[in-house]
Amino acid sequence: MKLSSTTRLERLKDRYQQGDLDRRRFLGLTAAAAASAGIFLPWGNKALAQVKNVRFDGWGGTVQEAMDKYAFQPYTAKTSISVVQGTFGDETEIIAKAKTSAPGDFQIVHSSGVEYYVRYVNSGLTSEINEANIPNMANVMQAMIDPFRKITPKLSAVPYNYGTTGIAYNTTVISPEEAAAKGAALLTDPAYKGKIGGYDSMTTRVWYGALGSGQDPNNIQDIEAVWAKVREQRDLAKKFWASGAELMDLLSKGEIVVSEAWSGRVAALQQQGHPIGYIDPPGSYAWMEDLLVLKGSPMAECEELINFMLDVETSIAVSEGQSYPPSLDPTKVELTDKIKAMPAFDPTGKMESLTFADPIYWAEHETDWAKQWDRIAKGA
Amino acid sequence: MTADRLPATAKRGWSLYDPRLAWLLVAPAALLLICFMILPIVVMGIYTFYTFVTAGVEEASLTVANWHEFFTDSYYHGFLLKTLRVGMVTALICAVVGYFPAYFIWATAFRQKWLLLLLLIVPFWISFTIRTFSWIHILGEQGLINVWAMKLGLIEAPMQMLYTEGAVIMGLLHFLLPYMILNIYVSLEGIDRTLVQAARSMGCTNAQAFREVTLPLSLPGLAAGLMLCFVLAAGSYVTPQLLGSGRDALFGNLIYDTIMGQLNWPMGATLSIVLFFILGSVAAIYTRFMGMSQIVKGLGG
Repeated sequence: MKLSSTTRLERLKDRYQQGDLDRRRFLGLTAAAAASAGIFLPWGNKALAQVKNVRFDGWGGTVQEAMDKYAFQPYTAKTSISVVQGTFGDETEIIAKAKTSAPGDFQIVHSSGVEYYVRYVNSGLTSEINEANIPNMANVMQAMIDPFRKITPKLSAVPYNYGTTGIAYNTTVISPEEAAAKGAALLTDPAYKGKIGGYDSMTTRVWYGALGSGQDPNNIQDIEAVWAKVREQRDLAKKFWASGAELMDLLSKGEIVVSEAWSGRVAALQQQGHPIGYIDPPGSYAWMEDLLVLKGSPMAECEELINFMLDVETSIAVSEGQSYPPSLDPTKVELTDKIKAMPAFDPTGKMESLTFADPIYWAEHETDWAKQWDRIAKGA
Repeated sequence: MTADRLPATAKRGWSLYDPRLAWLLVAPAALLLICFMILPIVVMGIYTFYTFVTAGVEEASLTVANWHEFFTDSYYHGFLLKTLRVGMVTALICAVVGYFPAYFIWATAFRQKWLLLLLLIVPFWISFTIRTFSWIHILGEQGLINVWAMKLGLIEAPMQMLYTEGAVIMGLLHFLLPYMILNIYVSLEGIDRTLVQAARSMGCTNAQAFREVTLPLSLPGLAAGLMLCFVLAAGSYVTPQLLGSGRDALFGNLIYDTIMGQLNWPMGATLSIVLFFILGSVAAIYTRFMGMSQIVKGLGG
């Protein structure tokens, strides 16, 4: 029979009172029990206690506000489980934090799709989701799930939304016709020297460097030509932004007039009335975002939250709030006109019109290219 | 009464100046220092010999590849020299700009001197990051200076002030000047004022009295301020990140990018140990010649 700590201590007390134990031995055993309970409790309680909150880390700004308003708050009202939120500017931050934390400290991450999924897998930070607990996954586009399943047959993440990193421009300075005609070349147009911005991210820099040098970003033949293009933009740029909030600030204040930009953030600026246009040049960088469950998370609660977020009504509300199309399959679910009008929206549900990064190809070069971009950014 | 004549109970008890008591009192602080400073540095030192595999993945197989890369790659040396240069320039400007307010506070006959000292401390009540961000609204294209200069017709197009090395040094000055002023002020406060009067009575002009008496006697505070400002400036990361462009990065930014961006912890640890060693050496040299007491006095206000 397994005795509880309380029963053991009660028996100890009885033996002491009946004279079986002397006072010194009784106090010694009680102290040892208290010490072991004290050591156990911080972790033991965490594991045994009922989960009262789930940790979520995302990109902040308008994207996370939409999630909070349309998904997290209704979820908390329904289940009494609160969603504790954190934000990051670059996803490598959260990988570094998760690596240095105890499993379970960070739980769900609004992750940047398959390229980053590989990094989590390599770092041993992924979990295994029980898909049976997420019935709403049936509505998610198969074309979005497949790339993840190729990396890990048992998923640790569920695709949630997608978008593009196209080109945003100030319409009071650059006409839509000029933007359409120049495309990616706008980012290296000397006419806008000192008013050009860019995302401080190796993937975006190399992607647009490849487009600028006429190469396929998923099969770069001449990387030196790409770096030359990256340097060209660096010398013309005013600032490489590090977060969506900074991008919106730079564009709305007129500090920069052209930059690569996240489609949803530009849509948010347009809704706020700023004179900002947006184009996806040929080969524009498309990406998908997923809800990634990290190792050590309370799986049942995380799966329940993800299922709630994938509910058609919730997903559409979040999508409209953050201005990114949802991962819901438009051939299975009737989406709103607002979503259908969003940049990058794919009505076929097959994602064939969008160019995503090949995760294997990019993972092979990631280390060297990240290092090189860091150096170029600092003037090398 | 000698020790061997003390009663047995008194021998066993602890006196006020018993070394055992001193060790006991210092033990909590020493333990904290060991756990939260010495051990992490040792761990980081070991990490410098780990093998980097790919972003976020390293192996415990020992290698000197990280140190080899540091010693042979001029990219790191360039940034190290630049960081030392920016640190020195910032510290020198702090010294020149900071001496006058410190001297004024010391010399003024204003009765509410505490108010002037309070003004020095007030900036510390506001978050360092917010104070740094405020420069964006002053130096930016739509910032205070450009907007007013254009309104007054002084310039036709906005000047590029933000995201430059000048902006970084300005932000560092804003952050470090109070440290310099307090150090110099504390040093000045320690000067016996009758020495100045004596110099004057022996025929020195005010300027000579300052040059021959006040300035030399305040040098320890000035040196402590220089050391503190240099070390803090050279180790800074947030200010160049917010006010500088990529080219204006300092060594701290290299460490951040290597650890958080490239997820290359062994190399990041190597760069951290290098910066720690260099700045630690500066502090050690200063302590060897000047002693730590001046800094402690300065920090204590």
